[in-house]
Amino acid sequence: MPGLKDVKNKIEGVSKTSQITKAMHMVASAKLRGAEEKMESFRPYAEKFAAAMHNLSGGVSNNQPLMQVREVDSVELIVITSDRGLCGSFNANIVAKAQQLIDQFEAEGKEVTLITVGNKANQAFKRSGKIRKSHKDIMGTFQMFNARQISQSTMTNFLLGEADEVRLVYARFVSMAKQQATATTLLPIQPPEQQEGTEEGTDNKGKGAGSAVEYIYEPDPEQIMDGLLPLHLNVQVYHAMIEVAAGEHAARMAAMDNATNACGDIIKELTQLYNKARQAAITGDLMDIVGGAEALKG
Amino acid sequence: MAQIYLEVVTPKGSVVSEDVDIVTAPGVDGEFGVLANHAPLLSAIKTGTLIFKKDKGEKYLMVSAGFAEVSNNKITFLVETAEYGHDIDVDRALQAKERAEKRLARDIAHADDLDRIRAEAALQRSVARLAVAQRTTI
Repeated sequence: MPGLKDVKNKIEGVSKTSQITKAMHMVASAKLRGAEEKMESFRPYAEKFAAAMHNLSGGVSNNQPLMQVREVDSVELIVITSDRGLCGSFNANIVAKAQQLIDQFEAEGKEVTLITVGNKANQAFKRSGKIRKSHKDIMGTFQMFNARQISQSTMTNFLLGEADEVRLVYARFVSMAKQQATATTLLPIQPPEQQEGTEEGTDNKGKGAGSAVEYIYEPDPEQIMDGLLPLHLNVQVYHAMIEVAAGEHAARMAAMDNATNACGDIIKELTQLYNKARQAAITGDLMDIVGGAEALKG
Repeated sequence: MAQIYLEVVTPKGSVVSEDVDIVTAPGVDGEFGVLANHAPLLSAIKTGTLIFKKDKGEKYLMVSAGFAEVSNNKITFLVETAEYGHDIDVDRALQAKERAEKRLARDIAHADDLDRIRAEAALQRSVARLAVAQRTTI
């Protein structure tokens, strides 16, 4: 049986840990609210953008350099994770997904390069030697120009023929309780009819009639497309970054909630142990006293 | 007078959504005006001033590069930033303008540099901000 003092120390330690996890839970929930707000305010822009792309694609031939489908010899993966840990298996899932893709592509004899966003992705792939560019400590800022930097760099790479395909690996924010690690194709850009099919399903239906209308293009469709496609990449990357940021906080909330509960359970068990040990000590003392008294009587 | 529904959307949220009489926008090939029941149009927008009139009141909005779409008597602007004159920090815009000008003067050798492109964009934005701020206070 462990000593009384040891158990007491342990209880104290665990309860301090639970205070920390509780605080982290609260911080994460506050940050999640901020991230969700960002997501909400970005949604109309993304939706309108998809609709405009849809309308435009009707009037343009698909021979844009960014839409060019080539034989794939090299693939670039943009892996987006959070900057910090302590959020359950959130980052591990994304990294595992990326690793799975890397293995798959390499088995097919394709060359793989990586752009990592977030410290955790960088840490995970630092030793692989595949990282072409790594962005750290930008997840919390929600700045559009961060996304622009990333998409510009990968776009140049694609246009130079260094990468024939670019995939985005991140976690979709499905719900508070669920973040799904997914991979989507960023480049070459697919015509929007097939893409966004699930996400913008309702929007497309509403705009279905609109796409048949003849638009006046100013200056002309090709030039608009030239400007629109890079922006489309920004929007995709930015969207993925926001989703990861929101998902990180949701995952951390869940992880910290679990940790706080686990702390409670441990404290309960330890308290029982403590009480047992205390009782045993008292019983032992009583036996001594009673034994002593008996001896004096005799 | 027939009105057209104006919507200005940025990644940070919707800035304007209301019925207006006329919209004047800075297209890449020059300013253009849009009245109610305009034919469907898709145009690239450059950094500049967006003007819309409603009930004889005129409002100015600084917009950065993006796109405008007209369909079904509705005009939608997709831009990265959109600000009203009274939201613009004039001192900051002035500082940004100076900074961008300095940078441009220094980097005159590298014409295609990304930094230069960025500085030019920053300069355009600050000039547009100042123009809008000035018009709003008059």
